[in-house]
Amino acid sequence: MAISKEQVSHVANLARLSFNDEELSQFTDQMSKITNMFNQLQEVDTTDVEPMTHVVDLVNVVRDDVPAPAAPEERTALLDNAPDTEDGYIKVPAIFNNGEDSAE
Amino acid sequence: MNFFDNDLTTIHNQLVNHELTSYELTKQTIDALKVTDQTIDAFLTLDEDNALVTAKAIDEKGIDPANLLAGIPIAIKDNIMTKDLRTTAASKILENFTPIYDATVMEKVHANDMVVIGKTNMDEFAMGGSTENSAFKITKNPWDTTKVPGGSSGGSAAAVSAGMVPFALGSDTGGSIRQPASFTGVVGMKPTYGRISRWGLIAFGSSLDQIGPFSRGVKDNAALLAALVGEDKRDGTSVGGHDADFTAKLDAGVKGLRIGLPKEYLGEGVQQAVKDAILAAADKYRELGATVDEVSLPHSKYGVAAYYIISSSEASSNLQRFDGIRYGVRAQDAKNLNDVYIDSRTQGFGPEVKRRIMLGMYSLSAGYYDAYFKKAAQVRTLMRQDFANIFADHDLILGPVAPTPAYGIGADVSDPLTMYAGDVLSVPVNMAGLPGLSLPAGFADGLPIGMQLIGPAFAEATLYQAGYAFEQATDFHKQVPTLGGND
Repeated sequence: MAISKEQVSHVANLARLSFNDEELSQFTDQMSKITNMFNQLQEVDTTDVEPMTHVVDLVNVVRDDVPAPAAPEERTALLDNAPDTEDGYIKVPAIFNNGEDSAE
Repeated sequence: MNFFDNDLTTIHNQLVNHELTSYELTKQTIDALKVTDQTIDAFLTLDEDNALVTAKAIDEKGIDPANLLAGIPIAIKDNIMTKDLRTTAASKILENFTPIYDATVMEKVHANDMVVIGKTNMDEFAMGGSTENSAFKITKNPWDTTKVPGGSSGGSAAAVSAGMVPFALGSDTGGSIRQPASFTGVVGMKPTYGRISRWGLIAFGSSLDQIGPFSRGVKDNAALLAALVGEDKRDGTSVGGHDADFTAKLDAGVKGLRIGLPKEYLGEGVQQAVKDAILAAADKYRELGATVDEVSLPHSKYGVAAYYIISSSEASSNLQRFDGIRYGVRAQDAKNLNDVYIDSRTQGFGPEVKRRIMLGMYSLSAGYYDAYFKKAAQVRTLMRQDFANIFADHDLILGPVAPTPAYGIGADVSDPLTMYAGDVLSVPVNMAGLPGLSLPAGFADGLPIGMQLIGPAFAEATLYQAGYAFEQATDFHKQVPTLGGND
């Protein structure tokens, strides 16, 4: 089952990645080969086999949802890691292109 | 300090007897390391000033005679959060990232008065088996600098192998501690899933990832692991309450131990020299009084396919947090928020990381989930059952870590499938959440060959016991690369 360029393009969009045409062709080729290798799993009989999503036999480890105290310098240090801040907030560009491409 | 000839106990005794201070040890270590690392490129960040301050403080407090680890230098893989010390996961997207907190293992490292020397190179986000996927540098194998050190914890393995540090921490999602240990001739432990808190480990495949120690010898490895384990309320998958005395059985020998040798681990694709080393190790164990017989892991041949589906799926989810908003590198000139995500990720991630994200996203996407992710999770159940069947009447499993010794730099990078196939002997352990110990078992053309001991969950003490017996009966661990080392 080969993967099409369109499928790769769609997945790239889901993954918030962008590829130029050459990269897209290369990824399409590589992903086809790799998923071909994945397809060998189809020969395994997994009738009535439970999927294993976790190793440890633990269920629902919970704790009380209590905020832990944070020092003001921790807040500052956290903000220092952000690419852009203003007045103690993390700054991001507008969701739309200055409103021009707005869906409304 | 020559870390080739002096084990942990020797150095500890010198520190306790005031023949050496932690400051002197740290200074010597860093001075020598700077020279050796010009050739090896194991380190991404050195923490020289802070290491010396820490060592001095430890000296002033006094070396605790009961703590073997006090005052001892250690290197840390760069996907483990170190407070105030740059942590990049060898990715451009975290090039400027400095954590504001320590991973749980780092709290334990500090609580034991160890001295952190710096952060080691790795495959970007731990994805790869050669450390060539680092965004920053290519680490060389100390035994032959034209060869890779393995990966993804290649920097940590090479640093210990070249005698730059006595200890390093790595992480192992599909072999990333054991395989570089094998390629560089050192001891590496991938503990049972849940043994060590993953809090502060930059997540790759959360159901597979484990942190573990590198060292030159088995005994020292056991001493370090004991300091790292334990339940942590910040990691809901961490498990406490199991035997954590890893040195108690070291001298017990292997008489009566039942060892299984999986026929699939000596099959097609495994190099003859590697098979020979493992068969010789099996003979050595028989000679030491253990029984060794053939067993089977019938689903291990599906391990690579199932592993790459599960680990990539988990990675595609885990790596969504890298979006250029709260930390890391943000692409410039993006016109809107969505472009910030796309451009930051596209510019920040390397090709292998993008490939894994794409594979994971695809495996989880509508229409493919049942055929890929669910199927892989079912095969994983069967793989775990394979191990359980063997451990019903065996104490441990012996096999190679990797099908070959270290290969040439640049040899496999262009073909992901060839690269992935090299993980066939290491991924089953992660899939089943078991402990795996890699230790030196031979050489081929001057390159180390490692052997792998696999045990039931929480049987690390048995692995160290068997590993130590083998080490004491052989001299592979005494051989050192001509490069590196210091006096």
